[in-house]
Amino acid sequence: MKAKISAVALAAAMAAGPVLAQDSLTVALQLEPPHLDPTSAAAGAIDQVVYANIFEGLTRFGPDGSVNPGLASSWEISEDGLTYTFHLVEGAKFHDGTDFEATDVVFSLDRARGEDSVNAQKTLFAGIESVEAVDPATVKVTLSAPDGLFLFKMAWGDAVIVAPESIDDIKTAPVGTGAFTFDGWVQGDSISLAKNPDYWGEPAMLDAATFKYISDPTAGFAAMMAGDVDAFVAFPAPENLPQFDADPRFKVLIGSTEGETILAMNNGREPFSNKLVREAVAHAINRQDIIDGAMFGYGTPIGTFFAPHNPDYVDLTGLSDYDPEKSKALLEEAGVALPLKVKMTLPPPSYARRGGEIVAAQLRAVGIEPEIENVEWAQWLENTFRNAHDYDLTIISHTEPMDINAYANPDYYFQYDNPAFQDVMAKLDVESDPAVRSELLKSAQTMLAEDYVSGFLFELPLHTVAKTGVEGLWVNMPTQATDLTGVYWEK
Amino acid sequence: MSLAEETSTTAMALKNRNLLLGGALTAVFLGAALLSFLWVPYDVTQLDIANKIKGPSAAHWLGTDHYGRDILAMIMVGARTSIAVAVVAVGIGMLAGVPLGLWAAARRGSLLDEVIMRGNDLVFAFPSLVIAVMITAAFGPSATNAIIAIGIFNIPVFARITRSGALTLWSRDFILAARVAGKGSARISFEHILPNVLNLLIVQGTIQFSLGILAEAGLSYVGLGAQPPIPSWGRMLADSQTFISFAPHMALFPGLAILLTVLGLNLMGDGLRDLFDPKLRRGRT
Repeated sequence: MKAKISAVALAAAMAAGPVLAQDSLTVALQLEPPHLDPTSAAAGAIDQVVYANIFEGLTRFGPDGSVNPGLASSWEISEDGLTYTFHLVEGAKFHDGTDFEATDVVFSLDRARGEDSVNAQKTLFAGIESVEAVDPATVKVTLSAPDGLFLFKMAWGDAVIVAPESIDDIKTAPVGTGAFTFDGWVQGDSISLAKNPDYWGEPAMLDAATFKYISDPTAGFAAMMAGDVDAFVAFPAPENLPQFDADPRFKVLIGSTEGETILAMNNGREPFSNKLVREAVAHAINRQDIIDGAMFGYGTPIGTFFAPHNPDYVDLTGLSDYDPEKSKALLEEAGVALPLKVKMTLPPPSYARRGGEIVAAQLRAVGIEPEIENVEWAQWLENTFRNAHDYDLTIISHTEPMDINAYANPDYYFQYDNPAFQDVMAKLDVESDPAVRSELLKSAQTMLAEDYVSGFLFELPLHTVAKTGVEGLWVNMPTQATDLTGVYWEK
Repeated sequence: MSLAEETSTTAMALKNRNLLLGGALTAVFLGAALLSFLWVPYDVTQLDIANKIKGPSAAHWLGTDHYGRDILAMIMVGARTSIAVAVVAVGIGMLAGVPLGLWAAARRGSLLDEVIMRGNDLVFAFPSLVIAVMITAAFGPSATNAIIAIGIFNIPVFARITRSGALTLWSRDFILAARVAGKGSARISFEHILPNVLNLLIVQGTIQFSLGILAEAGLSYVGLGAQPPIPSWGRMLADSQTFISFAPHMALFPGLAILLTVLGLNLMGDGLRDLFDPKLRRGRT
């Protein structure tokens, strides 16, 4: 009997061990990724796991959105701005033990910009003329035109460096150069990472990290309160934040994201192919009510597809101010039969579901009757976003940085085809003079606002709830990432 | 039926506390739903964000929800949703189940009887709510699909109860008399059997009605029932979850509405059974 008890006690002590030592961290996230290859999908949930933790690029984003050295420790730019010579870090190895060399960079960039590339952000690589390995530690990238944003582009999660040896299984067993190695994935539950003992740079301070997927806000609240998870990044129920704030066991970080939350309208089909109807929708929307009702006051109103904390932002909210009378007049001018029945497709995030209910009520007040359809994430990606574009209205937050060029793609789910706008974006791609770039960006923002392409709602805030003692989490989300390399427990 | 017998039924009904309490609760619930067609304190499709999450007050008797909607109005209109779903679901169950049960009883022991009843067993064997979730997930969440899903699972319930009730009747003398008079089994089933199993069906219908309300609330709770902006008790509960620690009224009132309605219908079902069941009746007097 005694032996039995001690065995139980030992087992308990072993189970409790890592928790007491506090060298592991469990981070809850709301959305589980479809797979783990950041170079072949637009889903931000992938980058939230792998960016900076598993995969690294030549450059990388810092917590403030600045572009810092990554796998390239330094670089030279030629006089004409066309040639970038990257000097790679020394001693970096992929998690499978193979060396990180210039050929891996050539492989990754050529794969991303190739004909059959499935990269979700191919425009990042469009300006590259050639990539060549000068020696194992040096890569020369030649551009077809000077590009002031090239280093910024190389910091994206879509531009990370992958190895030809491990590319086949990247979706289920990602192999990168980062401070964490992929440890396992229990589908529908969690993804675990382990510290990379052979990391080339500053090693991670955690021995292990787990991303736990909790989609239901109530369950997330309970898991946090019970101490099952150590942090919840992008906590989905803003109404619970004051409670966490008042509790000494927790702290609340309130930051910004690059997430323009919009009411996307399908410009490609009736009735939203008619600009007057889109304008009517824009004036029917009361942004402050949406921010108060769906986000409990957190969020900055936007009038175009641009982050308000960006220096080039133009406040265009006045163009689409809340004016239901004007909205009704516009609908009459458009000659549509009222009530105008449309479909509103809502993905799972609470800002979309709640925001959708509020927007729907506001639209009903002017005679547009949205029929709400709540869909799962995969369904939304498939039917609304990716192929079919089978929707009238939807609410979503676009969290990539500087993604206004999405509107230049006529095949994108906005179905917005404006050659003038595409022209501005084409000019922007090759422009490196900051003053001209700023002018172009401003005119692009104005074009979108004046065309009422989408209903521009608010900039998504980032709410992170963490146990007291967890330090080093990013407060803001300048790119889709949950960078755990600098996270530690305060002793 | 003599006058004395009639009074005794009324007297018994009045003495039956289950029936009274259940009837009263059901009346309140039906009354609220009917009243909502004529009058509601506030429009439930109109949001009032400035007045969100307010506790009960003179202006809002049961408080407001997270969009500033009046909870009393939501519960009243939500009762409509519940009743509509439950009535149609029970209707589907009865319309399909009762004829099946009568048919099976008329051909008792035959292959047809076997096929009908084993088919019923098959449907019965599945956990109804799980299948309802499957149906609504496959065909899209809506009140209509919820009704169909719940209705399908009412069919075997009514088929069984009708068959078992009918079987005992088929051996009775008055049925024999009807057969001797040359009536076919279909005619006997509807003219003689059905009126005599009607009390069973009313009792079972009441119970199924309460289960229908519960199922609708359950489906709405997981987002597969009536879609917004149509108010539904289940979704009100689901929506209130993250607010429960600082705005308990948001969960309390729709929760009480479900509880009291289902309790009322169950008590009424029990009461009706006591009233109709001749054996119990004789035992009492």
